[in-house]
Amino acid sequence: MADEVTLTRKDFASDQEVRWCPGCGDYSVLTALQLLMPELGVRPENQVFVSGIGCSSRFPYYMNTYGIHSIHGRAPAVATGIAVARPDLDVWVITGDGDALSIGGNHFIHALRRNVNLTILLFNNQIYGLTKGQYSPTSEVGKVTKSSPFGSLDHPFNPVSLALAAEATFVARTHDMDRKHMQAVFRRAYEHRGAAFVEIYQNCNVFNDGAFEEITGKDKRADMLIELHHGEPIRFGAERELGVRVNRYGEAEIVPVAEVGESALLVHDEHRYDPTVAFALSRLAEHPVSPTPVGIFRSVERPTYDGEVQAQLAAAQDRRSPGDLRALIESGSVWEVV
Amino acid sequence: MTDSTETHDPPHALERVVIRFAGDSGDGMQLVGDRFTDASAVFGNDLATLPNYPAEIRAPAGTIAGVSSFQVHIADYDIVTPGDVPNLLVAMNPAALKANIGDLVPGAAIIANSDAFETRNLEKAGYESNPLEDGSLDEFRLSPVPMTSLTIEATKESGAKPRDAARSKNFFALGLISWMYSRPVEPIIAWIDERFGKSQIVHDANLAAFKAGFHFGETTELFGHAYEVHPAQLPPGRYRNISGNVAVAYGLIAAGRQAKLPVLYASYPITPASDILHELSKHKNFGVRTVQAEDEIAAIGVAIGGAFAGHLAVTATSGPGVDLKAEALGLAVSLELPLVLIDVQRGGPSTGLPTKTEQADLLLAMYGRHGEAPLPIVAAISPSDCFDAAFEGARLALEYRTPVIVLTDGYLANGSEPWRFPDVDVLPDISVPFTTEANHLGADGTLEFWPYLRDEQTLARPWAIPGTPGLMHRIGGIEKQDGTGNVNYEPENHERMTHLRAEKIARIAADIPPAVVDDPDGDARLLVVGWGSTHGAIQAGARRIRARAMSVATLQLTHLNPFPANLGEVLGRYAKVLVPEMNLGQLSRLLRAEFLVDAQRLNKVQGLPFRAAEIEAKMLELIDG
Repeated sequence: MADEVTLTRKDFASDQEVRWCPGCGDYSVLTALQLLMPELGVRPENQVFVSGIGCSSRFPYYMNTYGIHSIHGRAPAVATGIAVARPDLDVWVITGDGDALSIGGNHFIHALRRNVNLTILLFNNQIYGLTKGQYSPTSEVGKVTKSSPFGSLDHPFNPVSLALAAEATFVARTHDMDRKHMQAVFRRAYEHRGAAFVEIYQNCNVFNDGAFEEITGKDKRADMLIELHHGEPIRFGAERELGVRVNRYGEAEIVPVAEVGESALLVHDEHRYDPTVAFALSRLAEHPVSPTPVGIFRSVERPTYDGEVQAQLAAAQDRRSPGDLRALIESGSVWEVV
Repeated sequence: MTDSTETHDPPHALERVVIRFAGDSGDGMQLVGDRFTDASAVFGNDLATLPNYPAEIRAPAGTIAGVSSFQVHIADYDIVTPGDVPNLLVAMNPAALKANIGDLVPGAAIIANSDAFETRNLEKAGYESNPLEDGSLDEFRLSPVPMTSLTIEATKESGAKPRDAARSKNFFALGLISWMYSRPVEPIIAWIDERFGKSQIVHDANLAAFKAGFHFGETTELFGHAYEVHPAQLPPGRYRNISGNVAVAYGLIAAGRQAKLPVLYASYPITPASDILHELSKHKNFGVRTVQAEDEIAAIGVAIGGAFAGHLAVTATSGPGVDLKAEALGLAVSLELPLVLIDVQRGGPSTGLPTKTEQADLLLAMYGRHGEAPLPIVAAISPSDCFDAAFEGARLALEYRTPVIVLTDGYLANGSEPWRFPDVDVLPDISVPFTTEANHLGADGTLEFWPYLRDEQTLARPWAIPGTPGLMHRIGGIEKQDGTGNVNYEPENHERMTHLRAEKIARIAADIPPAVVDDPDGDARLLVVGWGSTHGAIQAGARRIRARAMSVATLQLTHLNPFPANLGEVLGRYAKVLVPEMNLGQLSRLLRAEFLVDAQRLNKVQGLPFRAAEIEAKMLELIDG
């Protein structure tokens, strides 16, 4: 049977030439996902990739699936329409920091709070690349760019904090330097029922090269990336000498394990329904230049919007039987003229 | 009992009457108007209505700004407008009187709630003395009725507190007017039972007030006789009363059925389009999915997603929402997906007049997108025609895989009329098949799917929905190569695609009805061309001209892009062409540009429909001139 033919990366790659700048972090995300797709056991025709505008939004053109390269910021809305119409499909949203958090901020938060069954991958490079280098809503204050020669005045968003505040049921972070980590996070996001949000730290080697070098560099990761593992005390460092605990104000803070003992550390619970602790974790690093958590911050169950839409339709048809147009038109007061 | 027939005059037959209910926006005038209209429709009258209410939910009580009114025109012959001047004004307070008195002609009747004409309300309305007593209304047939106190008295038994009881005074007014015009009381009582059945006190109070009003009319010596409007002679068939917004909703449900597609309707609340969302959201048993989106842009985004996924996708809004949706509409033009956008026009610019009608979005619909982005435009000409316009919009969208704008307006949306509804078995099939097979033989001999390989006749591209094996494809807003749909920036290709998109829409002219002129005398030299909701006023105006033994031809356009194929030829047959519009001349501009015809203008932008008399006067001027 055709269904049982093992698919490979090739089956998910379109015939279009990939046109990102050489060395762009987007390539590694594309590769990670194309390699993961066959492992997820999905069919290309049931995958839909929807994007907005920006470098990362070219992504759908390179996937041999269904796809829409829509307009700036609106991908979550278009994707919501697809998910509501067709719960049989897997709908992916590919977006960037400008697309999702600036022009499309409204659609982004509403897709999350509705819990539409979407997998949202946000490529965060902290810069506008397609328009050649203006500061973005995740750029650090003081950033000197073409549009901010004296330094940006804008305080940035923390995308993970924003997603948690927007009632997202699945929130994760990964980075483009670690394919295995990306694939593990993407898989969990794909398997999540509801809106799954993944922030990907992605390097723009042309307009913002090295933005995450401080934490994702090969020799830096052990000390700077705090990997979150469900059910385990949060520890990091080359010797796992550091840990995270929650202080009496509810804030997460980094502590030396030797001083406080492992029992004082926060045991990560991604299924905790209250997002307070997850939010505290998201505030550990104000900018990705100090130890920063990666992995799954939150993964909880809540009815999905598209699922509830289907349930209401089914209930209405059960209760009132399928619609009868004649009866509808003739409802109310009808009279006859002879 | 027979003495009543002896002591009262028999009802006085009128062939037509225009009644306006006016009160504070919290007085329930729209509700009273609706009920009176419904009873009249059941009685078999032809009718047309004109609700008119303030944009503010609750403007200060008792002020002119807070006045809400509902006008209904009922007649025993077919009528086409809500009437020019009221024969009867029901004024629930001084502000309602002041706001509406200017529309009355001497001899008109006024029924005023005299209880409300006390010092504070008079001051708020700007009266220095009480008009019910100072003789300033002598030229009218004035009947002061203490409706509030009579209502409180009548509702004592219901257990309602006096303050609450007073709120039933609109039902007292309804009862009174129902008696005056011999309306059947059964439909109104049945409605009160149904609507207020859950709250015994409110139900009893409203019913008691209604009956008290009815009996007051019958027993008081205030009125010498009742009025009776005989049933109209409408064409045979089965009828119901329907408003434009409900007709749109039914038209969409019918289109979904005839297209064999689920309807996906996404919109953001906006006056005066929200009632379409309210109506459609009730009908989930038809498989209608409704999404109340986070904003106007999201609403059309959801619809575009639904269209890609294979649903009949619809969004509706009013002018401000169309502005916001412009970029996404352009995307839909580029994606060549079927999509219906309903624009319930209101006064603009900006927030403008949210609750008042206007027809000033025609050029917005036509040109309101960057780049060359043509799309078909359909306009409804009456409340019931909104059903046909929505259905036609869906048909064109599906057949040609294009966004379509359907124009209605606030007057059509909230106005109502008897609808000789169609037999659902004879509605046309408007289904289009999804593409399920590859459509192109590649250079290497393998079969491929080209998403922009067009139908030779309609130029529509294939509609292959996600889930279809082997037809995976990506579409987007970037210019694409003719045929393959791949991203393409070549100069010649862009020019070819621009012409193809234009040609696809232009070819629709061969697929819509030709322009049919109404010229009963056959010798008219003046052609009056209207579009949309001016239909009724133009018909009424023309009828008046013909009653003067003069000739005028009329043509009401329902398709504004493309125009009917014979329109140029039709316009050329007449010495003069007049275009009445509720804007500053948008259709006349299009006709002039397209056909080099001297289309003269008659424009009105008061947030109100034309009056027949206004059309008639302009017709006379052009016929004489």
